Amino acid sequence: MYKPRPGLVLHLFLSSSRVQKKRAFLTVASIAWGTLALLLLLAFGEGLKISISTASHGMGSNLAVLWPGTTSLTWQGLPAGRPIQPRIEDVALLRERIPNLVDVSGEIHQWNTVTRGDITTSERIKGVTHGFGEIRNHIPAPGGRFLNPMDEQLRRRVAFLGNKIAEKIFGKVNPLGQQFFIDKVPYTVIGVMMPKVSMGNYNGMDEDQIAIPITTFKAQFGNEKLGNLVVKPEQPEQMETVLKELNNVLGSRYGYNPEDKRVFGTWNTVETFKVTRNMLTGIQIFLGIIGALTLVIGGVGVANIMYAVVKERTKEIGIKMAMGARREWITGPIVLEGLVYTLIGGAAGVLMAVAVIFILDRIPTGDNEALNLLGKPTLSLSIGLISAAVLGLIGITAGYFPARRAASINPAETLHYE
Amino acid sequence: MTLKKLKYTNTDNTGREKEEVILIKDLTKSYDTGKVKVEALKGINLKINNGEMVAITGPSGSGKSTLMNLIGCLDTATSGSYQLRQEEVSVLNREKLAEIRNRRIGFIFQSFNLLPQITSYENVEMPLLFGGVAKRKRRERVHELLERVGLADRMEHKPTELSGGQMQRVAIARALAMEPDIILADEPTGNLDTSSGGDIMNLFHELWEQGHTVLVITHDPALARRTPRQVEIRDGLVTMDSEK
Repeated sequence: MYKPRPGLVLHLFLSSSRVQKKRAFLTVASIAWGTLALLLLLAFGEGLKISISTASHGMGSNLAVLWPGTTSLTWQGLPAGRPIQPRIEDVALLRERIPNLVDVSGEIHQWNTVTRGDITTSERIKGVTHGFGEIRNHIPAPGGRFLNPMDEQLRRRVAFLGNKIAEKIFGKVNPLGQQFFIDKVPYTVIGVMMPKVSMGNYNGMDEDQIAIPITTFKAQFGNEKLGNLVVKPEQPEQMETVLKELNNVLGSRYGYNPEDKRVFGTWNTVETFKVTRNMLTGIQIFLGIIGALTLVIGGVGVANIMYAVVKERTKEIGIKMAMGARREWITGPIVLEGLVYTLIGGAAGVLMAVAVIFILDRIPTGDNEALNLLGKPTLSLSIGLISAAVLGLIGITAGYFPARRAASINPAETLHYE
Repeated sequence: MTLKKLKYTNTDNTGREKEEVILIKDLTKSYDTGKVKVEALKGINLKINNGEMVAITGPSGSGKSTLMNLIGCLDTATSGSYQLRQEEVSVLNREKLAEIRNRRIGFIFQSFNLLPQITSYENVEMPLLFGGVAKRKRRERVHELLERVGLADRMEHKPTELSGGQMQRVAIARALAMEPDIILADEPTGNLDTSSGGDIMNLFHELWEQGHTVLVITHDPALARRTPRQVEIRDGLVTMDSEK
C-alpha cells in the first residue's frame, strides 16, 4: 500500500527550486502589495466598525426613547386624537410594574437662562430621574457623580453638566462644588460628564446640556409632564416585551389601546443598531473583497511564474518521471514553491501593514470628528485569520494549476531530443 | 565470444536458466493528430530473455523510439500485449507504471538527461530516493555504482563539470541503481566521440557479461554489429531478427 512521503516532496522542493532573483522579487512584491491592500482595507473597516459602534453606544446601548403623542384608535368609548402625556410619578410605577428592566427614566426639557458671574447664556436644562445617568451613558469625570435618589427625594439644587457646557460656563475653573444660577436660582455642580463620541441623539447633544433632579425641576418650573421616557431592558431581545408591558401599564392608566402605535413615537436603538451593524459588516465585506481581488492579481503573478518554471523544467520533470517519480512528487514541490512565494510575500505585506497602522495610530486627529469617526485602522484576530486563509488559498491555487500542467507532461516526448 | 554457442543453450551467458523478460505480442501504437492517424507500430512481436544483449535498429521514423517508449513504460500501447516478467503491463495505471519504471527499467539516453543542478551523487541517488531506499543504503549503493563506472572521484561534481563520456557513465550508474530487469539505452553513444562511445559500449558489454539484460536502440549499423542479437524495425514492423 502506498504511503504519502511529505519528506520526499520537501527534499525534491529544496533540490529543484532555483530562485531567479528579479522574477522572484517581482512576484513576492505583488503578493506583498496585495496583502497590504487587503489588510489595510480590512483594518480600516474594523476601525470604522469599532468607532461607529462605540459612537452609536455613546447615547447608551439597548434602549428605547419614547415621545408622547396622540391616540389614533378609539378605546372604550374614548375618541381618537387625544394627547397622552405621562407624568413624573409614572416612572416609579413603570419601574415597579415592568419586569426585566435595568431602569426607566423620565425627562423634561426646557430652555432657561444660566448665569455665572459675567456669563449669561440660554441653555437646555433637563430634569431627569436618577437612573438616567446609567442608561444614557452619562459617565462622571473623576471626582464627580451623577444625580442620585436622595437628590431627587430631597429636591436638591444640584446639577450634572455636559463637558462642553461646563467649559462654557466655568472656563478653566474646576466646576465641581461651584455654584451657578438657573433662572436666578443657585445650583451646585456635583459632576461633569466625561467626553464621549455620540452619533445618535435627540433633543441636542448631551455635552451641551445641564441635568438636574426631575423633582427639583418640577419645583422650580412647575412642569411635571414628561417630554421623554427612556427604557432599557436587561437583554436587548427583551425590548419588545418591555415596550408592550409599558403600553399595558400606561394604557390602563391613561385610557388608550395598548396596541395603538401612535401614542408613543419610539426609537428602538436595538433595532437601529442592528441595522448599523449589518451595514458596517456589509462595508467590511465589500472592502475585504476589493482587497482580496488585489491579492488575486498577485496570485495570478505567482501562477504565471510557476507556469514559466514548469516550462523551464519540462525536461527535468520528464527525467524524474522516467526514474519513477509518482505524480504527487512532481506536483508537490511545484505547489510548495508557489505557496512559499505567496507566504513570503504575505509575510512582507503583514509587516508593511503593521508598520503603516503603527504610523497612522500616532498621527493625532485632534478634534476633527470625521477623522475620529473614521477611527483608527485596527488589526484583529479575525482579520489575521481571514488574510491567512485567503493567502493560503491563493498560494495553493497559484501552484496547483501549473503543477497540473507539470503532471500532464509526457516523459516520452521530452526525453529523446535535445 | 561464443555467441553462436550461447544461442542454442538453455542457459544464458552466466549460466542462469533462460527466462522471458520481455514478451511482446501484436503490439501496435497509433497517434491521432486530429487530421491524420499515424501508425507508428503496426504489430510488433518480440521475445527477449534475461541476460540477452539486443540491438534494436532501424532508420529514423521506423518506430524504434516508439517501441522503446512502450518497453520503457513511458507510454502505453494502442493494442496488443506487453508482458514484463510475466506481468501484463499494458493494463496498468500511471502510478503503477511509475513504479515499474523505478524498479524494473534503467534508462540511458542519447543526451544523458542528468539533472544539471545536482551532483553526480545526487543524480544516481534519485531512483533510490523514489524507490524509498533508506539513507545509509542509498549512500552505500551510490558509492558502489560510481566506483563501478570509474567515477568515484567525481561524486560531488555537477554534470556541467563532466565530459560527455563521464556524464553517460553517471547515467549508467543511475540506470543500475535499482537493479532493474532491463537496461534500456537509446542511442547511448550518439552524443559521444568515437573513443568515449567505444568505452561506453565496452561498459555495456561488461554489464551484459555480468548477467544484465541490455537493449540498445540505435540507427548505427556498426554499433549494432557489436551486439550478439540484432532486431531491425522498419515501418512499424520487425523486419529482421538475428535470433530467428
